[in-house]
Amino acid sequence: MTEPFPAPAPAGEMLRVSGLHAFYGESHVLHGVDLAVAAGEVVTLLGRNGSGRTTTLKAILGLTGRRSGSVVVNGRETVRMPTHRIVHLGVGYCPEERGIFSRLTAEENLTLLPEVRSGGMPLERIYEMFPNLWERRRSPGSRLSGGEQQMLALARILRTGARLLLLDEITEGLAPVIVQALGRAVRALKDHGFTLVLVEQNFRFVAPLADRHLLVERGRVVGEVARAELDSRMESLQRFLGV
Amino acid sequence: MTQALFGQLFLGLINGSFYALLSLGLAVIFGLLDVVNFAHGAQYMMGAFAAWMALTYLGIPYGWALLLAPLAVGLVGMVVERTLLRRLQGLDPLYGLLLTFGLTLIAEGLFHHAYGNSGFAYPVPGWLRGGVNLGFMFLPLYRAWAVGLSLAVCLACWFVIERTKLGAYLRAGTENPRLLQAFGVNVPLMFTLTYGFGAALAAFAGVVAAPVYQVTPLMGSSVIMVVFAVVVIGGMGSIGGAIVTGLGVGLLEGLTRFWYPPASSVVVFVVMALVLLVRPAGLFGRER
Repeated sequence: MTEPFPAPAPAGEMLRVSGLHAFYGESHVLHGVDLAVAAGEVVTLLGRNGSGRTTTLKAILGLTGRRSGSVVVNGRETVRMPTHRIVHLGVGYCPEERGIFSRLTAEENLTLLPEVRSGGMPLERIYEMFPNLWERRRSPGSRLSGGEQQMLALARILRTGARLLLLDEITEGLAPVIVQALGRAVRALKDHGFTLVLVEQNFRFVAPLADRHLLVERGRVVGEVARAELDSRMESLQRFLGV
Repeated sequence: MTQALFGQLFLGLINGSFYALLSLGLAVIFGLLDVVNFAHGAQYMMGAFAAWMALTYLGIPYGWALLLAPLAVGLVGMVVERTLLRRLQGLDPLYGLLLTFGLTLIAEGLFHHAYGNSGFAYPVPGWLRGGVNLGFMFLPLYRAWAVGLSLAVCLACWFVIERTKLGAYLRAGTENPRLLQAFGVNVPLMFTLTYGFGAALAAFAGVVAAPVYQVTPLMGSSVIMVVFAVVVIGGMGSIGGAIVTGLGVGLLEGLTRFWYPPASSVVVFVVMALVLLVRPAGLFGRER
């Protein structure tokens, strides 16, 4: 395959979250999340259901209700910005429910998102990388299989030129062969310097990909496991995750 | 006999094309903003009045009014969205309905205060006067123009919404506005423009209707009830459904007026009740 991505971005800090509180209506969901992600790093948020991992991704984009604290994206404070402006700092979001618009065709879904940074992946490259999407480009989003929807959800944020990708449970409910294909895609993104924050239930999927794992509990980051420590801390990690 | 039948059917077609234009705008606004725009009738009335005022005070002819009146009312709509409707976002849609109902009363009251209730006739523009005898009926030129123009605008709207990139934003926003914003689209701006567009469409219908009906402060409230019924029958938020149902209801009214005139003003509500019983989401609607 020819070079699908632009050169890696210069090193630096891509995301810094400090003391982030977030609310859904009256309920207080995040209680002071602190985390920092360097450019080109792959970080996962691990935790049990309801620990606040998905909410953390949403709160970074301002998709929860009220939020307070600090979220610095690409050097810019965003806590008072409307969602669409945060995205234009170079953020791509792949929601847990995939968020394929059912009334739009696959190609409309793919080309809908505005470019947020120059150097996004051209459409031809995307179809090279995900040949299924080419075959299904005229099908409405509602007719795509789960795997196709997930490919589409990932592909459309690659087109926008976003360099910081927030990926929520991208392997959930998918067949092993598709999970493997996603693994290769994420590996390729990492090799090309994308910054990835993954929320993932499938630990075996992320373990070989991630540089660091952040442990989330009751709306806070309570610990961190670097890749090198993974073997020695596996037991406590499994206890933490309740597996 | 056939003369009368075709006459009533054609009248139904005219009413139907106004229903179609109005319910199209209502459906677009409801789809994206979740606002039941009760002010739609007032915006239709304001379009007709804007055309009449432009002609009477400024000598601006019909052709320009078709363009300028919707623009003016659309701008007013955008201001209303920015300053008032926006504050109700996330609340029960009932609040939006109440607000727009209140605005309707204010607008109708102001025009009533200034112009009274009797209304004005808007002259048919010179180049559309007269008519053609088709043998089975006499076809007034302006009425044919009104139907043709309304349908052309409806089709253009349908095409833009269902087949273009601009429309893809609207369809996506109708499905999930928060998510669309999370992809970098300025959804608050879309809300403002869409509400303005819906208001402009209502005003456009008002201008086209001005030479057909009397221009009166209450012309909107008499039509808006039927239009709401049309939207319920067609299915909230369905664009094609709103157009087809609008025309269908107009024709149905025409037919009823021919067979049994006293029922012509209730037939639409009977149909609405039946549709609600059998298909609560409307003929063309999806369960939300």
